Amino acid sequence: MTETSAPTGDQMPTLPRLGDPAPGFEAESTQGPLALEDFRGSWVVLFSHPADFTPVCTTEFLAFARIEPALKARNTELLGLSIDSVYSHLAWLSAIRQHFGVEIPFPVIADADRSVARLYGMVMPEQAGTETSRCVFVIDPEGIVRAMIYYPLTTGRNSDEILRLIDALQATDRHGIATPADWRPGDRGILPPPRTVEDAAQRMEGEQPGRVDWWFCPSDIPDRTD
Amino acid sequence: MACINPDGTLSTVARRILEILDQPADPPELAVRLGLPLWRIRATLREIGRAGLVVADDGSTPATFRISDLGHEALEIDRETGK
Repeated sequence: MTETSAPTGDQMPTLPRLGDPAPGFEAESTQGPLALEDFRGSWVVLFSHPADFTPVCTTEFLAFARIEPALKARNTELLGLSIDSVYSHLAWLSAIRQHFGVEIPFPVIADADRSVARLYGMVMPEQAGTETSRCVFVIDPEGIVRAMIYYPLTTGRNSDEILRLIDALQATDRHGIATPADWRPGDRGILPPPRTVEDAAQRMEGEQPGRVDWWFCPSDIPDRTD
Repeated sequence: MACINPDGTLSTVARRILEILDQPADPPELAVRLGLPLWRIRATLREIGRAGLVVADDGSTPATFRISDLGHEALEIDRETGK
Protein backbone atom coordinates (compact mmCIF):
# COMPACT_ATOMS: atom_id res chain seq x y z
CA MET A 1 0.00 0.00 0.00
CA THR A 2 1.41 3.35 -0.98
CA GLU A 3 1.44 6.10 1.59
CA THR A 4 -0.49 9.05 0.28
CA SER A 5 -0.76 11.17 3.39
CA ALA A 6 0.30 14.80 3.44
CA PRO A 7 4.05 15.40 3.72
CA THR A 8 5.55 16.44 7.03
CA GLY A 9 8.59 18.68 7.29
CA ASP A 10 10.93 18.15 4.39
CA GLN A 11 9.61 14.67 3.69
CA MET A 12 8.67 14.25 0.03
CA PRO A 13 5.23 12.80 -0.57
CA THR A 14 4.87 9.51 -2.37
CA LEU A 15 2.98 10.38 -5.51
CA PRO A 16 -0.10 8.44 -6.49
CA ARG A 17 0.40 5.70 -9.02
CA LEU A 18 -2.02 3.91 -11.27
CA GLY A 19 -4.16 1.61 -9.18
CA ASP A 20 -3.56 3.54 -5.95
CA PRO A 21 -6.39 5.09 -3.97
CA ALA A 22 -6.53 8.75 -4.96
CA PRO A 23 -5.27 10.90 -2.07
CA GLY A 24 -8.20 12.45 -0.26
CA PHE A 25 -8.48 16.19 0.31
CA GLU A 26 -10.79 19.01 1.25
CA ALA A 27 -10.42 22.30 -0.60
CA GLU A 28 -12.04 25.62 -1.41
CA SER A 29 -13.45 25.94 -4.90
CA THR A 30 -15.47 28.28 -7.07
CA GLN A 31 -18.52 26.25 -6.09
CA GLY A 32 -17.77 26.19 -2.37
CA PRO A 33 -15.80 23.79 -0.19
CA LEU A 34 -15.56 20.27 -1.51
CA ALA A 35 -13.85 16.99 -0.72
CA LEU A 36 -12.73 14.31 -3.12
CA GLU A 37 -14.93 11.85 -1.23
CA ASP A 38 -17.97 13.91 -2.28
CA PHE A 39 -17.46 12.54 -5.78
CA ARG A 40 -17.54 8.88 -4.76
CA GLY A 41 -19.72 6.95 -7.22
CA SER A 42 -18.73 9.22 -10.12
CA TRP A 43 -15.68 9.24 -12.35
CA VAL A 44 -13.57 12.34 -11.75
CA VAL A 45 -11.21 14.17 -14.11
CA LEU A 46 -9.02 16.18 -11.74
CA PHE A 47 -6.86 18.55 -13.75
CA SER A 48 -4.47 21.33 -12.86
CA HIS A 49 -3.54 24.40 -14.85
CA PRO A 50 -0.60 26.78 -14.33
CA ALA A 51 -2.39 30.07 -13.78
CA ASP A 52 -5.57 32.03 -14.30
CA PHE A 53 -5.67 34.73 -17.00
CA THR A 54 -3.22 32.91 -19.25
CA PRO A 55 -3.97 32.11 -22.90
CA VAL A 56 -3.36 28.37 -23.16
CA CYS A 57 -5.26 27.71 -19.93
CA THR A 58 -8.16 29.75 -21.26
CA THR A 59 -8.34 27.64 -24.42
CA GLU A 60 -8.25 24.52 -22.26
CA PHE A 61 -11.10 25.74 -20.07
CA LEU A 62 -13.16 26.50 -23.15
CA ALA A 63 -12.44 23.00 -24.45
CA PHE A 64 -13.26 21.36 -21.11
CA ALA A 65 -16.50 23.33 -20.91
CA ARG A 66 -17.36 22.04 -24.38
CA ILE A 67 -16.97 18.38 -23.39
CA GLU A 68 -18.56 18.77 -19.95
CA PRO A 69 -22.03 17.63 -21.07
CA ALA A 70 -20.51 14.57 -22.76
CA LEU A 71 -18.58 13.78 -19.61
CA LYS A 72 -21.70 14.22 -17.48
CA ALA A 73 -23.44 11.70 -19.73
CA ARG A 74 -20.62 9.32 -18.82
CA ASN A 75 -21.08 9.88 -15.06
CA THR A 76 -17.88 11.91 -15.02
CA GLU A 77 -17.24 15.18 -13.18
CA LEU A 78 -14.56 17.72 -14.06
CA LEU A 79 -12.56 19.31 -11.27
CA GLY A 80 -10.05 22.05 -12.08
CA LEU A 81 -7.21 23.28 -9.86
CA SER A 82 -4.50 25.89 -9.67
CA ILE A 83 -2.66 27.75 -6.93
CA ASP A 84 -4.63 30.94 -7.60
CA SER A 85 -7.18 32.22 -5.08
CA VAL A 86 -10.94 31.71 -5.33
CA TYR A 87 -11.25 35.43 -6.11
CA SER A 88 -8.80 35.15 -8.99
CA HIS A 89 -10.66 32.08 -10.29
CA LEU A 90 -14.00 33.90 -10.07
CA ALA A 91 -12.63 36.94 -11.90
CA TRP A 92 -11.11 34.75 -14.62
CA LEU A 93 -14.28 32.70 -15.10
CA SER A 94 -16.19 35.96 -15.32
CA ALA A 95 -13.74 37.24 -17.96
CA ILE A 96 -14.14 34.02 -19.94
CA ARG A 97 -17.91 34.49 -19.83
CA GLN A 98 -17.52 38.10 -20.94
CA HIS A 99 -15.03 37.57 -23.75
CA PHE A 100 -16.01 34.13 -25.05
CA GLY A 101 -19.63 33.77 -23.96
CA VAL A 102 -18.89 30.49 -22.21
CA GLU A 103 -19.98 29.56 -18.71
CA ILE A 104 -17.48 27.30 -16.96
CA PRO A 105 -19.75 24.69 -15.39
CA PHE A 106 -17.29 22.79 -13.21
CA PRO A 107 -15.68 23.74 -9.88
CA VAL A 108 -12.13 25.09 -9.84
CA ILE A 109 -10.10 24.44 -6.69
CA ALA A 110 -8.09 27.28 -5.17
CA ASP A 111 -5.03 25.44 -3.93
CA ALA A 112 -3.15 28.45 -2.60
CA ASP A 113 -1.12 26.44 -0.09
CA ARG A 114 -0.42 23.77 -2.75
CA SER A 115 -1.60 21.05 -0.39
CA VAL A 116 -3.50 19.18 -3.11
CA ALA A 117 -0.84 19.89 -5.74
CA ARG A 118 1.81 18.32 -3.48
CA LEU A 119 -0.32 15.25 -2.84
CA TYR A 120 -0.67 14.67 -6.57
CA GLY A 121 2.75 15.82 -7.75
CA MET A 122 1.33 18.61 -9.85
CA VAL A 123 4.20 21.04 -9.28
CA MET A 124 7.25 20.53 -11.50
CA PRO A 125 9.86 22.95 -10.12
CA GLU A 126 12.20 22.50 -13.09
CA GLN A 127 9.39 23.28 -15.52
CA ALA A 128 7.12 25.75 -13.88
CA GLY A 129 8.57 27.02 -10.63
CA THR A 130 5.82 27.03 -8.07
CA GLU A 131 2.93 26.81 -10.52
CA THR A 132 1.03 23.62 -11.18
CA SER A 133 1.71 21.96 -14.51
CA ARG A 134 -0.92 20.61 -16.88
CA CYS A 135 -1.77 17.38 -15.09
CA VAL A 136 -4.80 15.16 -15.48
CA PHE A 137 -5.81 12.43 -13.05
CA VAL A 138 -8.70 10.15 -13.92
CA ILE A 139 -10.24 8.70 -10.75
CA ASP A 140 -12.87 5.99 -10.92
CA PRO A 141 -16.10 5.75 -8.89
CA GLU A 142 -14.31 3.74 -6.19
CA GLY A 143 -11.68 6.44 -5.79
CA ILE A 144 -8.85 4.63 -7.60
CA VAL A 145 -6.39 6.47 -9.86
CA ARG A 146 -6.94 4.95 -13.30
CA ALA A 147 -4.98 7.24 -15.60
CA MET A 148 -2.54 10.14 -15.42
CA ILE A 149 -1.48 12.59 -18.13
CA TYR A 150 1.20 15.28 -17.81
CA TYR A 151 1.66 18.06 -20.33
CA PRO A 152 4.22 20.90 -20.30
CA LEU A 153 3.21 24.53 -19.86
CA THR A 154 3.47 25.29 -23.55
CA THR A 155 1.17 22.55 -24.82
CA GLY A 156 -2.57 22.64 -24.36
CA ARG A 157 -4.29 19.36 -23.67
CA ASN A 158 -6.55 17.50 -26.09
CA SER A 159 -10.03 17.42 -24.59
CA ASP A 160 -11.19 14.79 -27.08
CA GLU A 161 -8.44 12.50 -25.84
CA ILE A 162 -9.76 12.85 -22.30
CA LEU A 163 -13.22 11.90 -23.51
CA ARG A 164 -11.75 8.98 -25.43
CA LEU A 165 -9.81 7.88 -22.36
CA ILE A 166 -12.96 7.86 -20.24
CA ASP A 167 -14.78 5.86 -22.91
CA ALA A 168 -11.92 3.36 -23.07
CA LEU A 169 -11.69 2.91 -19.30
CA GLN A 170 -15.43 2.47 -19.00
CA ALA A 171 -15.47 -0.01 -21.88
CA THR A 172 -12.76 -1.98 -20.11
CA ASP A 173 -14.70 -2.03 -16.85
CA ARG A 174 -17.97 -2.88 -18.55
CA HIS A 175 -16.75 -5.60 -20.88
CA GLY A 176 -13.43 -6.81 -19.47
CA ILE A 177 -11.71 -5.88 -22.67
CA ALA A 178 -8.66 -3.80 -23.62
CA THR A 179 -8.69 -1.08 -26.26
CA PRO A 180 -6.09 -0.84 -29.03
CA ALA A 181 -4.25 2.22 -30.27
CA ASP A 182 -6.46 5.05 -31.49
CA TRP A 183 -9.57 3.15 -30.35
CA ARG A 184 -12.84 5.02 -30.56
CA PRO A 185 -16.29 4.00 -29.31
CA GLY A 186 -17.80 1.69 -31.91
CA ASP A 187 -14.41 0.20 -32.82
CA ARG A 188 -13.50 -3.34 -31.93
CA GLY A 189 -11.67 -3.97 -28.68
CA ILE A 190 -8.93 -6.48 -28.14
CA LEU A 191 -8.71 -9.32 -25.66
CA PRO A 192 -6.11 -8.89 -22.92
CA PRO A 193 -3.28 -11.43 -23.19
CA PRO A 194 -4.06 -14.86 -21.73
CA ARG A 195 -2.26 -15.79 -18.51
CA THR A 196 -2.17 -19.56 -18.81
CA VAL A 197 -1.35 -22.21 -21.40
CA GLU A 198 -4.94 -23.42 -21.27
CA ASP A 199 -6.35 -19.96 -21.91
CA ALA A 200 -3.90 -19.42 -24.75
CA ALA A 201 -4.98 -22.70 -26.36
CA GLN A 202 -8.63 -21.77 -25.91
CA ARG A 203 -8.04 -18.54 -27.81
CA MET A 204 -7.19 -20.58 -30.88
CA GLU A 205 -10.35 -22.70 -30.80
CA GLY A 206 -13.09 -22.09 -33.35
CA GLU A 207 -13.40 -19.22 -35.76
CA GLN A 208 -12.79 -15.72 -34.51
CA PRO A 209 -12.84 -12.81 -36.96
CA GLY A 210 -9.64 -10.81 -36.95
CA ARG A 211 -7.68 -13.24 -34.81
CA VAL A 212 -4.00 -13.16 -35.67
CA ASP A 213 -2.68 -15.49 -33.02
CA TRP A 214 -3.40 -16.56 -29.43
CA TRP A 215 -1.94 -13.27 -28.18
CA PHE A 216 -3.66 -10.95 -30.67
CA CYS A 217 -7.42 -11.38 -30.69
CA PRO A 218 -9.67 -8.44 -31.59
CA SER A 219 -13.16 -8.68 -30.16
CA ASP A 220 -16.45 -6.89 -30.61
CA ILE A 221 -17.66 -4.60 -27.84
CA PRO A 222 -21.40 -4.57 -27.25
CA ASP A 223 -23.17 -1.22 -27.51
CA ARG A 224 -23.36 0.87 -24.36
CA THR A 225 -27.05 0.06 -24.12
CA ASP A 226 -26.50 -3.72 -24.16
CA MET B 1 -17.90 28.80 7.06
CA ALA B 2 -18.80 28.77 3.39
CA CYS B 3 -22.44 27.83 3.96
CA ILE B 4 -22.91 31.19 5.70
CA ASN B 5 -22.09 34.40 3.86
CA PRO B 6 -20.08 37.21 5.49
CA ASP B 7 -23.31 39.18 6.00
CA GLY B 8 -24.81 36.33 8.02
CA THR B 9 -27.15 35.06 5.31
CA LEU B 10 -27.09 31.47 4.16
CA SER B 11 -25.47 30.48 0.89
CA THR B 12 -27.99 29.78 -1.83
CA VAL B 13 -27.42 26.03 -1.86
CA ALA B 14 -27.45 25.79 1.95
CA ARG B 15 -30.74 27.67 2.11
CA ARG B 16 -32.34 25.52 -0.60
CA ILE B 17 -31.32 22.35 1.21
CA LEU B 18 -32.53 23.55 4.61
CA GLU B 19 -35.86 24.62 3.15
CA ILE B 20 -36.73 21.07 2.10
CA LEU B 21 -35.27 19.19 5.05
CA ASP B 22 -38.35 19.44 7.25
CA GLN B 23 -38.83 15.93 5.95
CA PRO B 24 -35.70 13.77 6.22
CA ALA B 25 -34.01 13.09 2.90
CA ASP B 26 -30.86 11.41 1.68
CA PRO B 27 -28.26 13.08 -0.58
CA PRO B 28 -29.34 11.39 -3.84
CA GLU B 29 -32.95 12.44 -3.22
CA LEU B 30 -31.85 16.01 -2.48
CA ALA B 31 -29.76 16.07 -5.66
CA VAL B 32 -32.77 15.11 -7.76
CA ARG B 33 -35.13 17.52 -6.02
CA LEU B 34 -32.75 20.47 -6.26
CA GLY B 35 -31.31 19.63 -9.67
CA LEU B 36 -27.75 19.80 -8.35
CA PRO B 37 -24.84 17.37 -8.69
CA LEU B 38 -24.63 14.81 -5.91
CA TRP B 39 -21.13 15.99 -4.93
CA ARG B 40 -22.49 19.50 -4.34
CA ILE B 41 -25.18 18.15 -2.02
CA ARG B 42 -22.68 16.04 -0.07
CA ALA B 43 -20.26 18.96 0.26
CA THR B 44 -22.96 21.34 1.45
CA LEU B 45 -24.42 18.81 3.89
CA ARG B 46 -20.98 18.38 5.40
CA GLU B 47 -20.63 22.14 5.85
CA ILE B 48 -24.07 22.75 7.30
CA GLY B 49 -23.69 19.63 9.42
CA ARG B 50 -20.48 21.02 10.92
CA ALA B 51 -22.39 24.25 11.61
CA GLY B 52 -25.07 22.23 13.38
CA LEU B 53 -27.80 23.25 10.95
CA VAL B 54 -28.71 19.67 10.02
CA VAL B 55 -28.45 16.36 11.81
CA ALA B 56 -28.00 12.92 10.35
CA ASP B 57 -30.52 10.30 11.35
CA ASP B 58 -28.76 7.50 13.18
CA GLY B 59 -28.45 4.20 11.45
CA SER B 60 -30.30 5.03 8.27
CA THR B 61 -28.90 3.62 5.04
CA PRO B 62 -28.31 5.63 2.98
CA ALA B 63 -27.80 8.37 5.56
CA THR B 64 -30.72 10.73 5.81
CA PHE B 65 -30.59 14.28 7.09
CA ARG B 66 -33.10 16.65 8.65
CA ILE B 67 -32.99 20.26 9.70
CA SER B 68 -32.01 20.97 13.33
CA ASP B 69 -33.48 23.57 15.69
CA LEU B 70 -30.44 25.71 14.93
CA GLY B 71 -31.11 25.23 11.24
CA HIS B 72 -34.67 26.52 11.68
CA GLU B 73 -33.27 29.57 13.49
CA ALA B 74 -30.75 30.17 10.73
CA LEU B 75 -33.48 29.99 8.10
CA GLU B 76 -35.62 32.43 10.07
CA ILE B 77 -32.74 34.90 10.43
CA ASP B 78 -31.95 34.47 6.75
CA ARG B 79 -35.53 35.32 5.78
CA GLU B 80 -35.54 38.37 8.04
CA THR B 81 -32.17 39.54 6.74
CA GLY B 82 -33.30 39.05 3.18
CA LYS B 83 -36.35 41.28 3.56
